[in-house]
Amino acid sequence: MSSAFVQMLQAVLLLLLAPLATGFVATCKARLQNRRGADVMQPWRNLRKLFGKEVVMAAHASWIFRTAPYVVFTATVMAASVVPALLVDTPLSLTADVIALVALLALARFFLALAGMDIGTAFGGMGASREMTFAALAEPAMLMSIFVLSLGAHSTNLTTMINHTLNSPFALHPSLAFAMVAMLMIAVAENGRIPIDNPGTHLELTMIHEAMILEYSGRHLALMEWAAMVKLMLFATLIADLFMPWGMTTDASLVGVAVAFALWIAKLAGLLLALAVIETSLAKLRLFEVPEYLSGAFVIAFLGLLSYYMLEVGA
Amino acid sequence: MRFVVNTWFAERLADHGIHSRFLEDHHPVHMPCLEIRRLDWAQAAELARRMEMRLVAVWAAEAGLHDASPTGSASPANELPLYAYMAFAHPEHRHALLRTELNPDEPAVHSISDHFIAACRMERSMQDMFGITMTNIPDPRPWLKHEHWPLAVQPLRRDFAANEPMPSDAARLHIDYPYVQSPSAGVYEIPVGPVHAGIIEPGHFRFLAVGEQVLNMEARLGYVHKGIERAMQGRTATDGVKLAGRVSGDSTVAHAWAFSQACEYAAQKPPPLRASFIRGVLCERERMANHIGDIGAVCNDAAFIFMHAQMQRLREDMARLHATIFGHRLLMNLVIPGGVSRDIDAADLDALFAQTRNIAAEVEQLRAIYADHPSIQERVIGSGVVSVQDALDIGLLGYAGRASGNYPDERIEEAYPPYDSLKIRVAQGHMGDVATRVWVRFEEIADSARLIGDLLEGLPSGDIANPWKAPEAGVSGFAAIEGWRGEIAAWVRFGEGGLVDRYFVRDPSVINWLGLELAVRDVPVPDFPLNNKSFNCSYAGNDL
Repeated sequence: MSSAFVQMLQAVLLLLLAPLATGFVATCKARLQNRRGADVMQPWRNLRKLFGKEVVMAAHASWIFRTAPYVVFTATVMAASVVPALLVDTPLSLTADVIALVALLALARFFLALAGMDIGTAFGGMGASREMTFAALAEPAMLMSIFVLSLGAHSTNLTTMINHTLNSPFALHPSLAFAMVAMLMIAVAENGRIPIDNPGTHLELTMIHEAMILEYSGRHLALMEWAAMVKLMLFATLIADLFMPWGMTTDASLVGVAVAFALWIAKLAGLLLALAVIETSLAKLRLFEVPEYLSGAFVIAFLGLLSYYMLEVGA
Repeated sequence: MRFVVNTWFAERLADHGIHSRFLEDHHPVHMPCLEIRRLDWAQAAELARRMEMRLVAVWAAEAGLHDASPTGSASPANELPLYAYMAFAHPEHRHALLRTELNPDEPAVHSISDHFIAACRMERSMQDMFGITMTNIPDPRPWLKHEHWPLAVQPLRRDFAANEPMPSDAARLHIDYPYVQSPSAGVYEIPVGPVHAGIIEPGHFRFLAVGEQVLNMEARLGYVHKGIERAMQGRTATDGVKLAGRVSGDSTVAHAWAFSQACEYAAQKPPPLRASFIRGVLCERERMANHIGDIGAVCNDAAFIFMHAQMQRLREDMARLHATIFGHRLLMNLVIPGGVSRDIDAADLDALFAQTRNIAAEVEQLRAIYADHPSIQERVIGSGVVSVQDALDIGLLGYAGRASGNYPDERIEEAYPPYDSLKIRVAQGHMGDVATRVWVRFEEIADSARLIGDLLEGLPSGDIANPWKAPEAGVSGFAAIEGWRGEIAAWVRFGEGGLVDRYFVRDPSVINWLGLELAVRDVPVPDFPLNNKSFNCSYAGNDL
């Protein structure tokens, strides 16, 4: 197989599996609460339903509101497709720079916040203000966490970083532990999961992500929700790439890709199950404590940076 | 009836130079109705406040055809007087009602809101519904009369055609309701509702917030006004109790009981003891089920979904057993004037007994999980505090009052059967935050389960209902029942042919909504739903 084909396969898989990943978390949560719950296909059914519905739009919605779903979806899918999932060295890997990745996610977020404010409802504005406040804290923490890995690999390119981890002898690095904890905390916050945001709530006043897309309907809503699902998938894959890349293939052979695929799914399932456990056992944080949570993540990532210099350089 | 005439309040009034007349056609005599002069109205309220009485309700009613005019001759219908009523309660001296006569052409009476904050919205309803001018009312805005109602109509007056569509007032439609506003540019308003994202009752909340901090919250209700008081007129008591049971669906037993007891007091014929015991079982089951559901909902609002799923399961179990034994999941249509409509046999009794005990045990297990979870505790502790003094000023009822150092409980103060033979343990909290309100509910679940056990064990044999016989025209009755939200006050006056002539009911929510408004000052905006659920006031019960 050519690496270009694997690149394509990866992107399509990310898109197709994203609703299943969200459904998997929901099913796990339901089981953890002793409920039967819907099966993992439910998000796909929801998306199909939404694509079949007409779009209802406020009379004074501007072009921002109409184009935002496409921008958000495209930016998120682009970000997701530069993250290697199966093959380490893909044609897009030159562009797979984590700073570009964070920038793409920021672009999506920017349009999401604009769309939230565009209609002029109180909830949209409230959600946008909360999202931007938290993003200002979450983005540096995310970069800081990734920089811990970049220090060893001397690069912010994902492929280089993954290769570095794969080629270096296995050892427990304290800096990586710090970076991983920080990254997991950021991933929970960035995806609007408990304890930061509750994707299942109907209470407008408590929403962050949902408040911004409250006015969307039909295919617009479907794109927004799909983008959120892809983002969850993206973060899970990114965490697997950065902290446990073992099993990813360096050549595009059929066996290599198959093994990488199986391990990828297993890693994802593990991470998503952990998410479901966290979401079941925690209540949401008080809003004013979210900045503390995020700065906590930043400090932990920073500690990872320090411990790299203290313990690992020259060792 | 075994009660003696309660003269305590009349004596206190006389001490302060307010002459009162005991009304013979009002029952029960231990909750008497006293007629005073209109000029003494506000002074009587002030006196009640000084004697640490609690305001139960303020309402109005037109005199019936049976009421003779002050001169002694029967008046034509359009000249019949209008009465204003207010009821107070004292923890030791029970309830007392005061009545005064108003001029039907230009009805006006002094507002008592200066002495009792909670009176204000009830007085605004009186303005809306009867066209009574409340002199000196601190807040004269319409309350139930929303923008599409013409200001001139007086829906509870006799000349209002209730069956004809009301012409909408085009001029009023464009006038915005004047909410409390802030002149500061840094304060922004968040309008929420009346249509919400979830399946909940409609109500509008207007927040004034700085950033994420709530400065003030103002509730606007009345969206589910159904005209219950008017619809009750001309019904028999047996028919009317169905309507009373639908004032607020989640406390159907308590509302039906309050109505039935007011009717029974008026007719001076108490229900058989077995009926009272069954009513007690129903009411305590209702209390348990609602508290269980609400605790789950409070946790759900803080995204602690595990607790919600478990509590919903328990509540559902209760509802299913109710459907099997009583034929209705929410226990509707069971309490009737004269008794109850369904008896329970030995098998039902065992089933109720076993399930109550099991559910109480499961709730205790869940309570341990809830108490041991820092992340949910961190949300509920210290959120939405109503101080003891504020709660006293409002007259906060039920669990909301009990969380803030106010412990009125009609099961103790009024001690109506079957509670006169039981020992009620009232949870006594004083922190006044969400955690304390949830704590009170846990305590009440445990106590209700114990009471249900006692009631079922001591269930006397005998009839479950006396045949209902309506009292004479003009006789009124008043009852105060401790529903799961708190005290429900119901007043019924009978007219010609044994039909209900006038009905007034005050759901505890009317007062407790004020508590919520105070609680959410200085909380972050996203903490509002948590607080709202911890109060869980009824919209329907307020809007009637």
